Amino acid sequence: MADQYYDPKDLRKFGKITEWSEELGTKFFDYYGKVFEEGALTAREKSLIALAVAHTEQCPYCIDAYSKDGLQKGITKEEMMEAVHVGAAIKSGATLVHGVMMMNKVNKLDG
Amino acid sequence: MGATKSLKKSENELADANRQLEILSNGIFQNGELPTFAKKIKETNQFPLRPRKLEILQINVGYMCNQVCDHCHVDAGPDRKEIMTWETMEQCLEVIRNTGAHTLDLTGGAPEMNPHFRRFVEEASKAGIKDFIVRSNLTIIRANKKYYDLPEFFKKHNVHVISSMPHWTKGKTDKQRGDGVFDKSIKALQELNAVGYGMPDSDLRLDLVYNPSGAFLPGDQASMEKDFKKALMEDFSIQFHNLFAITNLPIARFLDYLIASENYEDYMYQLVEAYNPMAVANVMCTNTISISWDGWLYDCDFNQMLGLKVNSKVKHISEYNEEVLNNRDIVISQHCYGCTAGAGSSCQGTVA
Repeated sequence: MADQYYDPKDLRKFGKITEWSEELGTKFFDYYGKVFEEGALTAREKSLIALAVAHTEQCPYCIDAYSKDGLQKGITKEEMMEAVHVGAAIKSGATLVHGVMMMNKVNKLDG
Repeated sequence: MGATKSLKKSENELADANRQLEILSNGIFQNGELPTFAKKIKETNQFPLRPRKLEILQINVGYMCNQVCDHCHVDAGPDRKEIMTWETMEQCLEVIRNTGAHTLDLTGGAPEMNPHFRRFVEEASKAGIKDFIVRSNLTIIRANKKYYDLPEFFKKHNVHVISSMPHWTKGKTDKQRGDGVFDKSIKALQELNAVGYGMPDSDLRLDLVYNPSGAFLPGDQASMEKDFKKALMEDFSIQFHNLFAITNLPIARFLDYLIASENYEDYMYQLVEAYNPMAVANVMCTNTISISWDGWLYDCDFNQMLGLKVNSKVKHISEYNEEVLNNRDIVISQHCYGCTAGAGSSCQGTVA
């Protein structure tokens, strides 16, 4: 066991999860591959969504993977940063919109 | 990144091809962490790699260039003095007149900087080769008055122009190819369009080459082409025919960059993980002969830069014999993974 929870080299081993459960692992990677194919959304749009979600999930492996994927797809750093801001806006908005719940409660108890 | 001198001029240890080959064979390939290219192609019974029918004669007429691009596998630049002489060109012309190849591909450096370039193009175009390519870096067209008429010259000789363009934005292009390169390239493309190059129904072929600006592989060629076409048309009313997505091979200046930026191992992992046996069958060394400025023969331009001459009795243009050459084993090393990653990579773009 490494002396840290996250090791960048572990990303290369992602495919090995199938070794301990071949059926589920294979199904996951088939599904994953299909999701990122060109569809109603372009592969480029999907890459930017993945990058934003990678940040809201705060997944270092995903940030590593989708920063590189964006570059491969010719996505500019300005576009990538805007996508991260979309994620950040939703995260902060999700926090803040709960303020209404707080207001409701306070108004009910002390209105 | 941001080179101003060649590795050779800077006396960088990577100017020595043997040192590059040593790096490519040591470390992760020596300790077995990653398989060597030879081992990998043995898995699919593709070793030794052998030529198919010769289709492309690629001639490097010199390493001198007006640009010093960060990724350049030639280590080209204004300080490189290796230039093909007219005597060697005459030997090339003799070969061109008798070859079975359908494509002639002139490269450099900036091939236009060779003082015999125009005479060579005029003579070579008489040989009736089907596809006559000049790899022009675009900025040369705007570099000096004496080059301003190049679009007309190319048109007159029905030259197929292939040019590098790393991105449709100024920032990414200039980062890789030098300050001001983007603006000059755009102007040159507009001038090529103006004489008919790159127009949808035109026979005057204008293709662009995209190669990544950093330690990552190129994306899907068709999608990139769509994005390039849309952006260049919207922003600059520029048209071109095809985009070739080319992988940067880990040699020369790009190898230097990979090592300096601590990306070397990750990049080699990317290449090996993206290995595609289907690409091996069509890899460009199987249908190409590369000729250096001094007339030596190589399996490809990359092997030329690594000093890996063809494994054949015939090694020089002066003794050129297509039949003998076609009966050879292709010389390989770990840099070859660059041509077999994903959809494959060649001077004509993807191969699988």
